Amino acid sequence: MDWILLLEQTLNGLQFGLMLFLLAAGLTLVFGIMDMINLAHGSLYMVGAYLAATLLAYTGSFTVAVLGALAGTALFGALLEVSLLRTLYQRDHLTQVLATFALILIINEGTRIIWGSQALLLNAPDALSGPVELFPGLTYPAYRLLIIGVGLAVAVALYLLVAHTRVGMLVRAGASNREMALTMGVNVKRLFTAVFATGAALSALAGAMLGPLLAVQVGMGESILILAFVVIVIGGIGSIRGALVGALLVGFVDTLGRTLLPMSLRSVLPPMVASNLGPALASILIYVLMAAVLFWRPQGLFPARG
Amino acid sequence: MTALHHSLLPRVALPALALLAAFPLVMQAIDQPFYIVLATRILIFALAASSLNLLIGFGGMVSFGHAAFFGTGAYTVGILMVHGVESAWIAWPAAVLMSALAALLIGAISLHTRGVYFIMITLAFAQMIYYVFVSLKAYGGDDGLTLAGRSQIGFGVDLASDVVFYYVVLAIVATLLVLLGRLVNARFGRALQAIRENETRAQAIGFPAYRYKLACFVLGGAMAGLAGVLIVNQNELASPNLLHWMQSGMLMIMVILGGVGFLYGGALGALVLLLLEETLSEYTIHWQLGVGLVLLAVVLFAPNGLLSLARRRTAGG
Repeated sequence: MDWILLLEQTLNGLQFGLMLFLLAAGLTLVFGIMDMINLAHGSLYMVGAYLAATLLAYTGSFTVAVLGALAGTALFGALLEVSLLRTLYQRDHLTQVLATFALILIINEGTRIIWGSQALLLNAPDALSGPVELFPGLTYPAYRLLIIGVGLAVAVALYLLVAHTRVGMLVRAGASNREMALTMGVNVKRLFTAVFATGAALSALAGAMLGPLLAVQVGMGESILILAFVVIVIGGIGSIRGALVGALLVGFVDTLGRTLLPMSLRSVLPPMVASNLGPALASILIYVLMAAVLFWRPQGLFPARG
Repeated sequence: MTALHHSLLPRVALPALALLAAFPLVMQAIDQPFYIVLATRILIFALAASSLNLLIGFGGMVSFGHAAFFGTGAYTVGILMVHGVESAWIAWPAAVLMSALAALLIGAISLHTRGVYFIMITLAFAQMIYYVFVSLKAYGGDDGLTLAGRSQIGFGVDLASDVVFYYVVLAIVATLLVLLGRLVNARFGRALQAIRENETRAQAIGFPAYRYKLACFVLGGAMAGLAGVLIVNQNELASPNLLHWMQSGMLMIMVILGGVGFLYGGALGALVLLLLEETLSEYTIHWQLGVGLVLLAVVLFAPNGLLSLARRRTAGG
């Protein structure tokens, strides 16, 4: 009985971790390569979810909705990069924080003006709404399995792209030493726009896939943004591998902590104290994890700067 | 870069102070008591933002967890009041002490990291404190802790009156800004700025950088704690929102907006941001759009914050 719950929570952790990875991958590349703190990354995630919900309402096809949201957000990201963010790369981090915070306010309010302040409905496809019996005793929602599948596929594709292609090589060169890559004649303008648009598309994918599980509403980007930052700092800024490891760590620790910690507390403490303490301790866990990682490895687990 | 000497600018500050002193009388005369409450709030945030500016602008420590100290101060007052301690003379110093203690612990660990990693580790600790207070169901949990009233200071002064409270806040904030000016111009402040500019070199001359930065971090935390004391007295509510990372973010935005490393940068940023919110929200429900556009304009046209504009003009003319 207990190990089925454990397995189920492990799958939940994997699913959450993979979605965090989609968000963190773009964030870590933009940070590592352009040396840019982009607080508005969560807004791209929100835009992706809104686009997906709208497209689903018009076309009725979940696949079209997700792909359309990907393309639309990538385009939006590219426009944002060319028109504004490009001018911020040379500025100090604090200015970037102020500018991208302003962008959050503008995009949030723009979303409210276009879509209203009511949360949108984004339903998983009917075929996947039921549970699947993985093996006797363990049923798991089919849609969550799809998320895991998509997340794994994207992780593998990104790994191949970054580790085994020429573009990936340029990206890695940029993350490890930006000035040197510039000097060696990398066409950075185009590379930067491409990296930014890819990051936008990945976060839109996360937004569209998580839409049916969470609420599609203004402000959804900010709460997950902090988690994405935790992930890239744990993993080491600029490292895709670090982002994957960090995201899975955070996903597992957070999800398992929320179930296991209150349970184990109940066995040693009076139920009143345990039910108060459990959720708080569980929420704190990932921050303890980050603080511990930074204490022992101040550059994160996989520092990209060589 | 910014000059080493930071003048208190008496030619600007004294008239401003006179204006602030006369403000409640004018508002009472035209029967607009709401603006007294708003002005009190702005003053309190001016103090909180200035304390963060001490860390960022003078100590070179970009802390993303400043709300932790702000909220700790507020909650200490609230929790003491639940247990019957209503005297400001006990509760307020205790709150400042608790915030300083929290800053000492967090700073001692965080200052081993640099740059972005410092930003994130301070955020991590602030989030931990946030969740601790949210979990304290006996002290309000998610809903926050409602106070029975404002602290008692005795001597016939009743803080329950918004006007009296305004003057107490004004006196505290003005005194602390003067002290802050003295601090950054003193030997301590000079050494701190040297460390900000080049830590290795400062260390080579013989300044123990870590200890200086930690002292600065604790002072900033204590100041933020005092601002927390004031805000909890104004709202008569210790809310977990005071500890939320969005609060840390807002304080940081105020500092950057006003001018990092300018003595009045935090205060000006708090004034402009809160006034902007207040005025725009009277005209439209989409006021955040306006705030965003103004902030963006500041980034593009005043790269080092609003006060850098004033400096550039004096330098040019």
